[in-house]
Amino acid sequence: MSLAFDDYGRPYIILRDQGQKKRMKGLEAYKSNILAAKAVANTLSSSLGPKGMDKMLVSPDGDVSVTNDGATIVEKMEIQHPTAKLLVELSQSQDAEIGDGTTGVVVLAGKLLEQALTLLDKGIHPLKISDGFDRACDVAIKHLETISEEIDIQANEHEALIQAACTALGSKVVSKRKRELGKIAVTAVLDVADLARRDVNLDLIKIQTKTGGSVEDTRLISGILIDKDMSHPQMPKEVKEAKICLLTCPFEPPKPKTKHNINISSAEDYKKLYLQEQQYFVDMVKLVKDSGANIALCQWGFDDEANHLLLQNELPAVRWVSGTDVELIAMATGARIIPRFQEITPEKLGKAGSVKEVQFGTSNERMLVIENCQCTKAVTILIRGGSQMIVDEAKRSIHDAICVIRNLIKDNRIVYGGGSAELACAIQVLQYADEVSSVEQYAIRSFADALEGIPCCLADNCGLNPITSVAQAKARQLQESNPRIGIDCMELGTTDMKEQRIYETLSSKKQQIQLATQVVKMILKIDDVIAPDDY
Amino acid sequence: MDIVGNVLPQVLKDEATEDKGEMARLQSFVGAIAVADLVKTTLGPKGMDKILKPTGPGQEMTHITVTNDGATILKSMYVENPAAKILIEISKTQDEEVGDGTTTVAVLAGELLREGEKLIQKRIHPQHVIAGWRIARDVALKRLRDISSENDINSQEFHDDLVKIARTTLSSKLITSDRDYFADLCVKAVLRLKGSSNLDYIQIIKLPGGTIRDSYLDDGFILKKQITIGCKRRIENAKILVANTAMDYDKIKIYGTKVKVNSMDKVAEIEAAEKEKMKHKVDKILKYQPTVFVNRQLIYNYPEQLLADSGITVIEHADFEGMERVAAATGAEILSTFDAPERSAQVLGHCDLIEEIMIGEEKMIKFSGCKKNEACTIVLRGASTHILDEVDRSIHDALCVLITTVKNKRVVWGGGNSEMQMAAACEEEAKKVQGKQAFAIEAFARALRQIPTIICDNGGYDSAELIQNFKVELQKGNQSCGLNMTDGTIGNMSELGVKECLRVKEQALMAASEAAELIMRVDDIVKCAPRKRERA
Repeated sequence: MSLAFDDYGRPYIILRDQGQKKRMKGLEAYKSNILAAKAVANTLSSSLGPKGMDKMLVSPDGDVSVTNDGATIVEKMEIQHPTAKLLVELSQSQDAEIGDGTTGVVVLAGKLLEQALTLLDKGIHPLKISDGFDRACDVAIKHLETISEEIDIQANEHEALIQAACTALGSKVVSKRKRELGKIAVTAVLDVADLARRDVNLDLIKIQTKTGGSVEDTRLISGILIDKDMSHPQMPKEVKEAKICLLTCPFEPPKPKTKHNINISSAEDYKKLYLQEQQYFVDMVKLVKDSGANIALCQWGFDDEANHLLLQNELPAVRWVSGTDVELIAMATGARIIPRFQEITPEKLGKAGSVKEVQFGTSNERMLVIENCQCTKAVTILIRGGSQMIVDEAKRSIHDAICVIRNLIKDNRIVYGGGSAELACAIQVLQYADEVSSVEQYAIRSFADALEGIPCCLADNCGLNPITSVAQAKARQLQESNPRIGIDCMELGTTDMKEQRIYETLSSKKQQIQLATQVVKMILKIDDVIAPDDY
Repeated sequence: MDIVGNVLPQVLKDEATEDKGEMARLQSFVGAIAVADLVKTTLGPKGMDKILKPTGPGQEMTHITVTNDGATILKSMYVENPAAKILIEISKTQDEEVGDGTTTVAVLAGELLREGEKLIQKRIHPQHVIAGWRIARDVALKRLRDISSENDINSQEFHDDLVKIARTTLSSKLITSDRDYFADLCVKAVLRLKGSSNLDYIQIIKLPGGTIRDSYLDDGFILKKQITIGCKRRIENAKILVANTAMDYDKIKIYGTKVKVNSMDKVAEIEAAEKEKMKHKVDKILKYQPTVFVNRQLIYNYPEQLLADSGITVIEHADFEGMERVAAATGAEILSTFDAPERSAQVLGHCDLIEEIMIGEEKMIKFSGCKKNEACTIVLRGASTHILDEVDRSIHDALCVLITTVKNKRVVWGGGNSEMQMAAACEEEAKKVQGKQAFAIEAFARALRQIPTIICDNGGYDSAELIQNFKVELQKGNQSCGLNMTDGTIGNMSELGVKECLRVKEQALMAASEAAELIMRVDDIVKCAPRKRERA
């Protein structure tokens, strides 16, 4: 701990509670930060690629989850170290922006930090290193764009999209059914996609999970599935040609927001109030009924009396529909969300082909399916699986696949996977390094080495010899000037990723390299860590 | 410290642990196999039971459970090991999805992992093991579907199949000596549902006393309630009004209402008004002209008396499930408002006879000759509550399997036949597959064969000899051979009448292989620091 002394040789305190704080400075701080970040990256590196392994995470409450998804792993690890936390955020921002490649980005950052450590040992100033990385990153991104290819997403029944989805699903536990799940994801995205604007609103794809059956039983429902049942057990289980009234007010007498008191001071008042109360219920049901609705979905509850009145008036109803479901149903059926009974008009009703109750398994769980909605713009993917952990992991995997497809619809340029894109960039960056005459040259060269780390890691996870296979692939890329040569992870006998049809989106790759470089630059700029000494 | 000797900064929280590679894998194998070993002695007709004793202080903690049901055992166990938790999870799912085979699924997953561990020791990469397992699972599933047979739902054969399936399911339980009796009972109950899969309509009433043999299926419907004092105890041609309404006093539902009076007179007036309101409600009910009034909620003395005076039999406090059953059985509508007496015919339920009966020492109400004859009641008798609970679980298993069979209709031979057939299919496939995956396929076959082996072992027979003979018998083309657990020989399952539901086997196979795969893929276990609990 550094101490300052005044003219008389007495120490004086600069930081508050200085004695209780831990402080690291200079090279020590760099190294400690880099090592912590690397530790996280190392944990993730064995999850990379189609033969990557999963991680089992036990939460503070003892719940178990098994996953291969980088963002989920780092999130659930509950990392405490401040710099390691930066990597958690890195993975999460990749997840938020792109949705896929969350493992890759952390592994790349780890490789870059590893290189930075050697450079620091050589005595190169951290700022020079980050400068070099920055320049190298620009070169790599530019090269990625030149080697990217545009694909026709419409061709051959969206074959390219399915392949890209398969690439995303290939590393997950559901990889056995990647083709089927890929197709489901593609159909789901295309159903809700606005191809003219090249935009997809992912809110319209609902992913519902239900344990039981097997992953094969996962299916796409061209409608909405909600985990609710009819409010009264004797209401009809199916409504055809449904006219849906979507309410966000309870079937109860209104509760004014202002504070008020109704004082009953005589028996007449009491009777009047009773009659009025009854009238409320009758009126409410009548208003709904008069609008021509034949099913009411309510965000709130209603009590027994209202419930029975609805049954009596042959108006099936569902209560406690969640807010997100209400919005989704509104979008799909064209219904307007009605906040007050007085505002119900026939035009505000949503239309759907059918609303029916379906039952699963032996336990009495029922769900409602709203099918053939007026504006079919919402779909549900119902995921099944042998246990909660599998279902959860399948959900994360399908989410990744959906994100990839969305990105392709937004931007149909792809690069090839299997480490080929990284390798191609590495070669380009290496060439560029020789043109730089300053200290940055070393940093740029190291950047190329870090990029090569990705195919290395892939090969390692697949049980291949990493150095030999990367060297071979690199040599072939140079000889044939073919940027599509990568690592043959699935042992299909070809290293040309175009033949293996391993597609990755350009946007994801670009984002990975940019984000990783940014975080590494950030970590390299930290030369002083002041923290409470309790960890 | 890492390999080069750098001191690694602490990344995870205090008390959090991370295990990698071999250590992680070892941990999952050990946990999963331990769980499987724990339940495997309950497998098969000669399986043993377990006593479950809750931990912790307090009177209610002394209640013990004796059971043979895998899901019940696993659910009540407290385990730390994450892999073991996955096994428990699949057992639970199996219970929810098909209701039976909960032990099989955990044991199969455990055996798969045991074989998997051996392969890992042979330096085969987990991903290759998984690749092999996936091939094996598909082959096994295909064979399972090929060997299953289907009968028309209305035929006598199908009915016989159901009885056989119920017998097979019950044979591993406590009531195995009376399984014919109970199998018949369960099948009758399920057939009454006429294809509907709502188990709620089959009510199970447990009453200690008598022997298991005294249990019976009542074709009427029994409500575990009493008729209010002062009402008729026997009503013929009953018209039943089923209601869910407050019969104490009606709460005013308008927000912010408060009774505020300034004199005693007013209080009396309001009281009278309240009373009148209740009377009004009773009058409205009377307009429906029911002879029996069943309410879910409590009924105060005053309305009760009013109703009884009009000659209506009153039953209060029926629980919600009971109500739904009454409504379903008698074809009544559950009412909460009473403003449409003109719909009387439509909303009232009907049954030929309602009477108070005594079972053992308890009074109950029996509804017989109901309009819709879907609901029925199984009355279980037995020497103690522990026995009754176990019988209840067994009957529940049997009912679940039967309902699944009615839905799915396909059946396979029991006695380990399906497992042996699947194992044989896997072994045939292993011969055709190139590469290391073949080892995993063989391992899968061995794991499948473990199920009949364990069944033999549990019966105290020479499993090695029996399983080999079994294999030979199958090889000869005897498609319906299986384990005869009474004599310890290989018998003909069609003669012994041992059948099982395809759906149960299918689900067990898929869930077990999915879980094994999930555990196999793990190479790193991160345990977060346990949440600090505040002492209450």
